[in-house]
Amino acid sequence: MYTAMEDGFYPELMRIQAMDIDAALQAADKTAVQAALAKPVLDEEDLLILLSPAAENFLEETARRSQAETLRNFGRSMQLFTPLYLANYCTNRCVYCGFSTKRRIRRRMLTLEEVAAEAETISATGLRKILALTGDDPKRTGALYLAGCVRVLAGYFSSVGVETPAMTVEEYRLQVDAGADSMTMFQETYNRERYAVLHPGGPKKNFFFRLDAPQRALMGGMRGVNLGPLLGLADWRGDVLATASHARWLMDRYPDAEISVSLPRMRPHTEGGEAAFKPAEVDNLHFVQILTALRCYLPQAGITLSTREPAWLRDKLAPLGVTRVSAGVCTAVGGHTDTGAESVAEQTEDKPQFDISDERSVDEMARDLLRIGYQPVFADWLIGGPADAALTGSIAGSLGNPALSPDIQPV
Amino acid sequence: MQNIDDSLVIGGKALSGRLFIGTGKYGDDALIPQIAEASGAQVITIALRRVDLSNSRGNVLQRVPEYMQLLPNTSGARNAEEAVRLARLAKAAGAGDWIKIEVISDTRRLLPDGYETAKATEILAKEGFTVLPYMNPDLYVARALANAGAAAVMPLAAPIGSNRGLSTREMIAVLIEEIKLPVIVDAGLGRPSQACEAMEMGAAACLVNTAIATARDPVKMGAAFGEAVRAGRGAYLAGLGRVLEAGAEASSPENGALTGFLNKTAP
Repeated sequence: MYTAMEDGFYPELMRIQAMDIDAALQAADKTAVQAALAKPVLDEEDLLILLSPAAENFLEETARRSQAETLRNFGRSMQLFTPLYLANYCTNRCVYCGFSTKRRIRRRMLTLEEVAAEAETISATGLRKILALTGDDPKRTGALYLAGCVRVLAGYFSSVGVETPAMTVEEYRLQVDAGADSMTMFQETYNRERYAVLHPGGPKKNFFFRLDAPQRALMGGMRGVNLGPLLGLADWRGDVLATASHARWLMDRYPDAEISVSLPRMRPHTEGGEAAFKPAEVDNLHFVQILTALRCYLPQAGITLSTREPAWLRDKLAPLGVTRVSAGVCTAVGGHTDTGAESVAEQTEDKPQFDISDERSVDEMARDLLRIGYQPVFADWLIGGPADAALTGSIAGSLGNPALSPDIQPV
Repeated sequence: MQNIDDSLVIGGKALSGRLFIGTGKYGDDALIPQIAEASGAQVITIALRRVDLSNSRGNVLQRVPEYMQLLPNTSGARNAEEAVRLARLAKAAGAGDWIKIEVISDTRRLLPDGYETAKATEILAKEGFTVLPYMNPDLYVARALANAGAAAVMPLAAPIGSNRGLSTREMIAVLIEEIKLPVIVDAGLGRPSQACEAMEMGAAACLVNTAIATARDPVKMGAAFGEAVRAGRGAYLAGLGRVLEAGAEASSPENGALTGFLNKTAP
């Protein structure tokens, strides 16, 4: 049974969760909010103040600072990426998820040829950053399967991220060697008791193995990790504070790593989970409060906005502090190529993990970003991608040629 | 207009404009040619990580006017090895052999790593690159870079993107006095007046990106920086008057106000 790493984030999480958060939120007043906003560098108490009810009256001021910090660090540019669902076999029973093992949906995993076909379709849109996802089924779609897929994707994309079940350091290193440069891991909730209720079975049940995963990914050589709470599963203030602290804790220990944050928010009526499960609502006002407060606390962190949000809202949120948005999203396995006239996601038996809300294509997203004053950025890394492979003959980006990659054959 | 004899020579190339501009933070890359023209910049830096020649959408390189000198940079590199790899990719992609070395291994402070930068500079200079390393204004790092074959040094005025101006003024002044290479002030310049001051001090050129890109009107701001750099250069060439640390000095001081007693006989 895995327990928390000794030099991991858990002791810090315990320290944060021992704080009297309710008292701090109650104590926050107008003066405290103004003082926090005036500080050059915010600490965790300032973050709590900006997340307090009192700060709701200072959203415009917070947004102004958030926007200024973002412009200073990232300019008026927005990175584009898209997720690629490789497989939806899953042995977990997350009560809120459309891929839960209890759901009766068509299960499949892409072959390497299908991965290449999806990659070809997606890369034709101009995207060069891809996020590869799987469900949690170590026997079918474990680390070796993923590494094979990553190796194929590295032939098409200059940056390959993975969003998969928590892996070991060695398994992350396998992905890095295959051409991955970042990992995304949503803790879902940092509240252990709530986590246990929401994840009653499967490998994901182990809270600690997941909590330490971003650190293990960095130890395995990833350039960046992307964290996030799934807003709507538990008290959002506690989870946002924990996520922000997790990010800063990782920045302190891995100063050369790119630490970024996503803010996926559950939508009460369209989630794919068990009928009895009802997410707690985080309304738009609070969502803006979360986004802008996080930016003020973490000026250099990338912030990703999910396609769960509708297009009109994404356009409004983008200038407040967002640096990365997805486009041309399909959350069904094989959905980019396996179409015909009708999208797989629209067929009754092939359920996506969740329903997306912003259905804009890459072209539409690029056009709309320019319209609101943001330059879409398609490529933001080179090493490990196709151009690098062509020059150096490196394994990554070799399009799955086994002759070039003896070190990632199954042991 | 700048005197034709006052061109800045780097890597055997004579440059008339002494403002370098960037490409990274504009809200629309279509602005690049306008900013280049308005500012009079002749050198433009571009992050290799964002250059994607295979993309059917085109890429930022296509926005760069032909007359400009391209200065690809290794933004994103965390060590010498990555910087060298990016530089070789630039050359292979046909982006020329100028390279601005940026090695940053602290994503919050964004300060350049002098040791790794010097290592990359040595390797790339030997391979025939014209190397312009981004650096902290440190005398010994600057000497190491000069010995490693750098064509210029690019000390930061203040942390990148900070718009804080010449926070490192004293240290940059040391480099200007001690280092025989062109000193190009890079990063942190937030106002045209700050660029002007750097040029008055004797900097060979200034690189400005964030302050132009995030201005309400980037084209006008580009023009303003261009004028400031020309004015500062002009003042440097004209020879600035001596500056008093405190107080004032009358142009025609009354003779003997302090020491006149020496000429008088003792009472």
